[in-house]
Amino acid sequence: MEMNQYLDMFIEESKEHIQAINDNLLVLENDPESVDLINEIFRSAHTLKGMAATMGFEDMAALTHEMENVLDQARNHKLVINSDIMDVIFKCVDLLETMLYSIAGGGDGKENVSHVVAMLQAILSGDFSPAAEEETSEVAVAEAVSVPEADEQQKLGNLDEYELTVVEQSQQTGFQAYWIKTSVQDNCILKAARAYMVYDSLDSLGEIIKTTPSVEEIEEEKFEKSFEIVLLTKENIEKVEKTVLNVSEIESVEVLVIDPKKYKEQQKTVKAPEAKPITVQSAEVKEVAAKEEKAAPVNKKPAASKTIRVDIERLDVLMNLFSELVIDRGRLEQLARESGQSALMETVEHMSRISGDLQSIILTMRMVPVEQVFNRFPRMVRDLAKDLNKKINLEIIGAETELDRTVIDEIGDPLVHLLRNSLDHGVESAEARIAAGKPEEGLVQLKAYHGGNHVFIEVKDDGAGINREKVLAKSIERGIVTEQGAANLSNKQIDELLFASGLSTADKISDVSGRGVGLDVVKTKIESLGGAVGIDSTPGAGTTFLIQLPLTLSIISAMLVQVEDEKFAVPLSSIIETAVFTPDEIMHAHQQDVIDFRGRIVPLVSLKSIFNIPDSEESKESDISVVIVRKGDKMAGLVVDSFIGQQEIVLKSLGKYLVNVFAISGATILGDGQVALIIDCNALIK
Amino acid sequence: MLDHKDIVEEIKVIVFRLKDEEYGVEVNQVKSIERLEHITRVPRTSYFVKGVINMRGIVTPIVDLRRRFGLEEAVYNETTRVIIVAVGEIEVGLIVDSANDVIDIPINAIEPPPEVVGGIEAVYLRGVAKLDRRLLILLNLDKVLNTDEIKQLENLEA
Repeated sequence: MEMNQYLDMFIEESKEHIQAINDNLLVLENDPESVDLINEIFRSAHTLKGMAATMGFEDMAALTHEMENVLDQARNHKLVINSDIMDVIFKCVDLLETMLYSIAGGGDGKENVSHVVAMLQAILSGDFSPAAEEETSEVAVAEAVSVPEADEQQKLGNLDEYELTVVEQSQQTGFQAYWIKTSVQDNCILKAARAYMVYDSLDSLGEIIKTTPSVEEIEEEKFEKSFEIVLLTKENIEKVEKTVLNVSEIESVEVLVIDPKKYKEQQKTVKAPEAKPITVQSAEVKEVAAKEEKAAPVNKKPAASKTIRVDIERLDVLMNLFSELVIDRGRLEQLARESGQSALMETVEHMSRISGDLQSIILTMRMVPVEQVFNRFPRMVRDLAKDLNKKINLEIIGAETELDRTVIDEIGDPLVHLLRNSLDHGVESAEARIAAGKPEEGLVQLKAYHGGNHVFIEVKDDGAGINREKVLAKSIERGIVTEQGAANLSNKQIDELLFASGLSTADKISDVSGRGVGLDVVKTKIESLGGAVGIDSTPGAGTTFLIQLPLTLSIISAMLVQVEDEKFAVPLSSIIETAVFTPDEIMHAHQQDVIDFRGRIVPLVSLKSIFNIPDSEESKESDISVVIVRKGDKMAGLVVDSFIGQQEIVLKSLGKYLVNVFAISGATILGDGQVALIIDCNALIK
Repeated sequence: MLDHKDIVEEIKVIVFRLKDEEYGVEVNQVKSIERLEHITRVPRTSYFVKGVINMRGIVTPIVDLRRRFGLEEAVYNETTRVIIVAVGEIEVGLIVDSANDVIDIPINAIEPPPEVVGGIEAVYLRGVAKLDRRLLILLNLDKVLNTDEIKQLENLEA
């Protein structure tokens, strides 16, 4: 059978399954008795085995088969997962990944699996780790949450850590968290409708952060007589009670205040394995993003969305075809206006609107959630934390933030660098943390969010911060700054020395300065994507790296300018502002025209002379239009004839034939179908 | 029945005019033939690069072939055409005086080029084809579009 045509599909799907196993293993590590999770992992492994066998990758199939056997024992309660077994399974997954990469790279996917297989078999035969027997053999059934009536806080269902944090935070802002148990009357006919009315009226009082059972289940009437809601509100307990009782056919309501402190204590003292299958205890690594979905009851369950894989090149072709359409649309609009026929004008207008919508859809088709990159980090942090012997809690926030595919592909490596840095140099050892009066477990936060035309990604730790004295000492030693220069540096400037290339190349520095392995690489990479990276550090409190990225690499905002008969685009990201000067405001210094821009002397660059633009012999105004652009701290004023206006432009390459064109970074196609060149301001500023 | 020896291999070429001569480029290197439309000048490039045009959404460089070969320049008119050619990853439009024919040339009619043909150096030529009374000069596009040479030229100018 010809397999090549299925190979891509096999690789993509296997990647997904391996990722799923990895994710679920991480959760399982904190909740080793969840049969649901083991089932989930088993299913992924099973599918993987089937696919590998079909494709003829025997080693892969053999390994997954053994892994499956172990998982099978675990889900049938014949085996209790402990950390030793987890390590072996993680090893399996790593091996599988190696094989898959070998296959993706054109290899045969063969790998020596005998050692791991032997370990798996040892687990099965029971002589792998005697520790397995000592573990509690009680296995929890996930659904059965038995509530010991004796304790009030214990009654409050299973709040996970994320929900608890929400409760804690909202208390600080004056909100109170209530646990509300509503029972409907026995003879109630439309239970779901009543429940909905209760939900709705409570929702108007504040924010509902949890329901038990889930909203979907309530909607489907999958509850007996009562259901529970956790509400954040500023109202008092009576008001809440009254609101619920206002709904008819409600038999009773029970409202309790949730005290997160007490709740946590209870959690610790009880610690009964059968009580909370979903609660994460002493989590080393947890993924908040995943929990966010669980916690927000208003959201529908992440329904298995139907997707289709499309080659990115096809999307590019679609985009090109579409820009053609847009250009024709522009022409049509003009023709319709000239003809003055209202029916034609209306039709063209309608077409314009539709094509506008189409444009935004095509653009969003290239957007993918940053989750694709983030999801490999929990595992990486787990392993690294183990290696470094540190306790680290990785929080991922905003994994659903979307970015252009081309940016996603590039951003992984810089993030790995920054995370490693935070783990290695940022977060202190457990002893040092305790000595400094901090919690033993370090916090590393990975956060993505939108802001304007940009996406921001933060890598934040609560470690020791940057040791500026040592950074300075090293920088002077390496000749990056002079001793005199160092004296004038602000704290921020010192922190940014970490991005200097000389500082980061030497390995020794990482031990001494506390930070700085390969950070210059990070900076270069991000700048090549049109982004920027900044650093913010407070001694003793931690360090934050902030990455700013463009939403997409294919569309940017630009200012269109005209010089004689030629039009150029200046990227908005490098423009400070536009200004008009009178001829007598122009000054001369060192045979160079300069202007006084807010007290700074800014050299003028004549686009006409620098680009040898032929004179169109049109008379011009005597005032001088200037686009003030910047490169870092340096500025220059580009002299143009007129400003056409600001516009979103589609970036196009000049192709492989014209390489290294001076001061031109690319081209774009204007509404009239003509090409305009994009000015590379960096090249014009010396 | 035809013997294999009797089948003469042929190549299909696009025929265009430059000054007084007829030239040919292989059809599989040609993407399309276009009328001359607005060209956006690209400053500080080789003097024979006229600029770039919008080819159905792809920004395509345009080379004036007369200038490229050091021939005297001509005013563009109604018959002026741009032949869009693709060699490897490079896609370029060539401005020619006119383009009006597609013909098949038997391989065995192609002879190696003499030192200079119609003012063009032999390195840019693949050969010369004699067809009845017509003389067709076949271009070696790999050489014509070699960017290394452009870089050298630029260095000389600088």
